[in-house]
Parts: sequence; structure tokens; C-alpha cells
Amino acid sequence: MTSIEHAASLLEEAPPAENTGERASWLQVAPMVAVLALFFGLPMLVVLVVSFFDFSRTDIIPAFIFDNYVDLFTREVTLRLYASSIKFALIVWAITLLLGFNIAYFLVFHVRGLLFQIGLFLLCTVPFLTSNIIRMISWIPFLGRNGIFNQALQGAGVTSQPLEFLLFSDFAVVVAYVHLFTLFMVVPIFNSMARIDKSLLEAARDAGAGRFRTVFEIVLPLSRTGIALGSIFVITLVMGDSFVVRTMSGGQSASVVSALQNEVAALQYPPAAASAVIMVIIVTLMVAGILRLVDVRKELAR
Amino acid sequence: MHSADGSRPWTFYFFAAFFGLFVAFLYGPMVVIYVLSFQGPTGGMTFPLNGVSLHWFDALISQSRVGDIAGSFQRSIVLAAVVAVVTVLVSVLAGLAFRRPFRGSAFAFYLAIASLIMPGLFVGLGIALTFRLLGLPTGWYSSGLGAQLTWTLPFGLLIMFAVLGRFNRSYEEAATDLGATNWQKLKEVTIPMLLPGIIGVALFGFTLSYDEIARTALAAGAKNTLPLEIWAMTTNVTSPTLYAVGAVTTIVSFFVIVVALTSIGAIQRRRSRSNT
Repeated sequence: MTSIEHAASLLEEAPPAENTGERASWLQVAPMVAVLALFFGLPMLVVLVVSFFDFSRTDIIPAFIFDNYVDLFTREVTLRLYASSIKFALIVWAITLLLGFNIAYFLVFHVRGLLFQIGLFLLCTVPFLTSNIIRMISWIPFLGRNGIFNQALQGAGVTSQPLEFLLFSDFAVVVAYVHLFTLFMVVPIFNSMARIDKSLLEAARDAGAGRFRTVFEIVLPLSRTGIALGSIFVITLVMGDSFVVRTMSGGQSASVVSALQNEVAALQYPPAAASAVIMVIIVTLMVAGILRLVDVRKELAR
Repeated sequence: MHSADGSRPWTFYFFAAFFGLFVAFLYGPMVVIYVLSFQGPTGGMTFPLNGVSLHWFDALISQSRVGDIAGSFQRSIVLAAVVAVVTVLVSVLAGLAFRRPFRGSAFAFYLAIASLIMPGLFVGLGIALTFRLLGLPTGWYSSGLGAQLTWTLPFGLLIMFAVLGRFNRSYEEAATDLGATNWQKLKEVTIPMLLPGIIGVALFGFTLSYDEIARTALAAGAKNTLPLEIWAMTTNVTSPTLYAVGAVTTIVSFFVIVVALTSIGAIQRRRSRSNT
């Protein structure tokens, strides 16, 4: 067989081989796609459909009306709820980014020895694998009127009266969010930073760049994938939360989703569905905005 | 970054202190509630400790007004075990699929990511509505299980991406060259090499399910899982019982984490021994 014939026979054989590979991949990915289609894709479509339904005190009535959306957009409270949710999201995003970036930086560039690095990384990860509610209520003995902070402040003579704003306030909500979600910032940024070639930093230093300039002009840009992923996690988690805001504000603050949960409790499914649809659109726009700034998929594929 | 002579720059100490504070911030409050769960019978929700007792742990079992802690605990353990097994099977397979390019891979990837970042309560709402429209009853073992999988499967997939990204394919190629069938290759080479990662996926599947609340809240049906039971407690129980249940559930989490990490550690040690 001449080499040309050999090449031609390879070309003829190539497509079937590729097809079996593709078929194998389809079979392997099929269970996941099936479960997600059934318990995520279909339910989300149902939410969209039900958002156009009518409802009575006890039932949902198939219809195609826009009343739920009209109500949502004409109620004054909607804007306040969104303002509250977005305010929490931005504050928590800024704090977790600052914390997450510095913690990841410490773990990647300052800790020597792989074993020690893994150990400290696990130390940050373990609380994530324990109950969120328990971690949330563990702030109660700290922040309460007679809690540890107030006892300490009064004991030190800083204040004579207990500070009232600590527990059941926006402050408590932010503390709990930061406690629960900082890890979602640390892990992706850690992953990005761990891939940075250390010799780049040496080169920058040899070229006379100071510590801060190196961080801002080399580490920060090269960690942008991690920062983007962490930001997506934190923003969607805060925007989608209702449990933390309810418990830690003592019912004084609300979020879009906690208001939605009230509607569900009152069996008002169609207005809740409409509220969910609008929220998903807004969160999607926020995520799309982040993804426009950073091409996460291209960098993940590296 | 450190200088050539190996001495630490001042920033190291700054960052080390910062990191120490962060760890204290993470663990401090949790440690405090474990201490307070041993509060004496007349003690309250905060310091001082009025004696030391197991009163509040006892109240957990004996007081019916606390709720169905024992029953919900059993349900949560069973559910978490099932979720862990399904997550390992399904997301490890899916992870292997993404090692070759295939049509629809972008769709599958984005479906998983969308499922991961969708606010959990919306997923639960959708599942509850779907079951309602289909005339099916919701239950923790059916709709609740499905709701939790929409959270654990994408997580498992992302862990598989991280594990497979560091996977050296030349071992598999060597197996093929030595005449192994695809099945032999998977059983004898791929799975054993991926085992630490697979244990990691199981650990996440179990603990994420065991602690899940947002997706399960509307989809669990009549019988609560443990986090839902605790959530109900936070609104009507104002005694250290709340801390006692926190201590118990965290012990379970820690037990699972330690078992998973020691088995991963044992595998790695055996490997490094056989390599030398």
C-alpha cells in the first residue's frame, strides 16, 4: 500500500471512529442531562408557564394573563425589595472579594510546602461542608443584646449601653453572608492564582516593579477568571437567598426571594412564579455582564 | 514571594495575621455554640454558663415540642447517602464524557452551570408546581431527591473537571497499547486513578444534601429533612436546644469529612510508597 492509499484509508476510517467516541460521550453525559432536564429544565419551564396563570384562594387556574407581571411592576414594594437585594449583593460582593483575594494570595504565594498549603486550604473548606443554618445561628450568642460582643464592649468600657444594631439587623445579615459565602470567592481565585507562573513575578521584580505594582499589574489580571467565577457565585447566592435575610434581620429586612416565599406560603403560586421569572432575568443579565468582561469558558479550557 | 536568602518579607506576617483572623472568624462562632450546648438547665442562649450539663441534648430527644428531630435526622441520612451514590455515578460518567469533544457539550455544560447558580428556592418552587400539575404527591424521597440532585450533580461535574484536568492520560494509552479492552481500561486504570477525586465527589454529594435547605424547602413534601426541622426550630425554640442540635449535626458532618479525607490520604500514601 502506498502512503497515499494508506492516508486515504485512514481518512475513510476516521469518521466512524470519531462517531463511536461521540456516541460514548453522549451515553456518558445522558444520565446527568436527563436528571437536570427533568428536575431543573422542566420545572423552570413550568414556572414560566404558571407565571401567566390565574389563581384563586386555594388553586391555580390555567390561563394566559399578564396580571401577575402588571401587579409586580406597579407595586411600589417591588422596587424596594430589589434595591434591598442588590444592596446586600454589592456589599457582600465587595467584602468577600477583598477577603477572598487576600486569602488566596496568602495561600498561593506565601505558604511554602504543598502539604501545608493543602492543610490550610482544607481549614477554609471544612466549614463549607457543615450546616449553613447552624453556622448562621452561631452568630446569635455573639451579636445578641447580651451577647459576647456587647459584654466585651461594656466590659472594656467602650460603651455603657449594649449596642442594639448588632443582631437582627442588616449588619447581622451581612456578617452571616460573609461568613457563609467567602469560600465561594476563595476557591476559584485560588485555582486561578495557582496556575500563575511564579517566574513572572520574579521577572516583574527584577524589572523593578514594587510589591503592589506586581499584584495590580500581574496577579490581579491573571486571576480574573477566578474573580469572575467567585463573583458569579456570591452574587447569585445573595440575590437568591431568603433564609439568611429572614433569620438574621429578625424579619425586619426582606429580599425579593423572601417576599416570594411569603407568596408561596399563601398559596399564591402565579405571582410567585412571575416574581421568579423577573428575578432570573435580572440575575442572568448580571451574570452575562460578568461573562462579557471575562471569557470564563475559554480560560477554563486552558 | 520571598527573597533569595529565604527570609520572610514583612507582608508574610501581615497576611498570616489576616489569615489567622479569618480562620477565627470562620470557626469562633461555631466553637462557641458547641460550648453553649453544654449549658446548665437554667442557662440561656449566651454566656455566662450556668453550670455544665447534657440537659439540652436530652431535651432534643425527650421534648416533643422541639419537633421531630429523630425522624428528620433518619430521613436526612438516608437521603444524603442516596444523593451521594447517585452523584458519584452520574457526575463521574458525565465528567468522562467531556474528555472528548462532542456535539451538544456546550449545551450540557451550560445546563449544569445554570442548574448550579439558579436560586435554590426557584428550583424547589418549579418542582413543587410540576408535581402539582401532574397530580403527583411531593416527598423527600422523590421530589426532594430530584431537587437536591440539581445542586449536587453540577458540583460533582466541576470537581470531576478539576480532577480530570490533572489526570495523566498516558497511563490509559499504555493500557490500550498493552491490549486492554475499554472496560478493562476503565476498571483497572481510570477508576483506580480517579478514586481520590471520586471520594471527594461522594463527600460533597453527601454533605451538600445533608445540609441543603433552599431547594428542598418547597419540594420536600409533608415530612421534613433535618435542616428544615432546624429551620423551623429557629423561629420557635429559644433555648440552647438549638445549639445542641447544631452540635449533633456538625459532629455527623465532621465524621463524614474525616472518613473521606483519611481514605483519600491513605490512597495517596499507598501510591507514593509503591512509586518509590
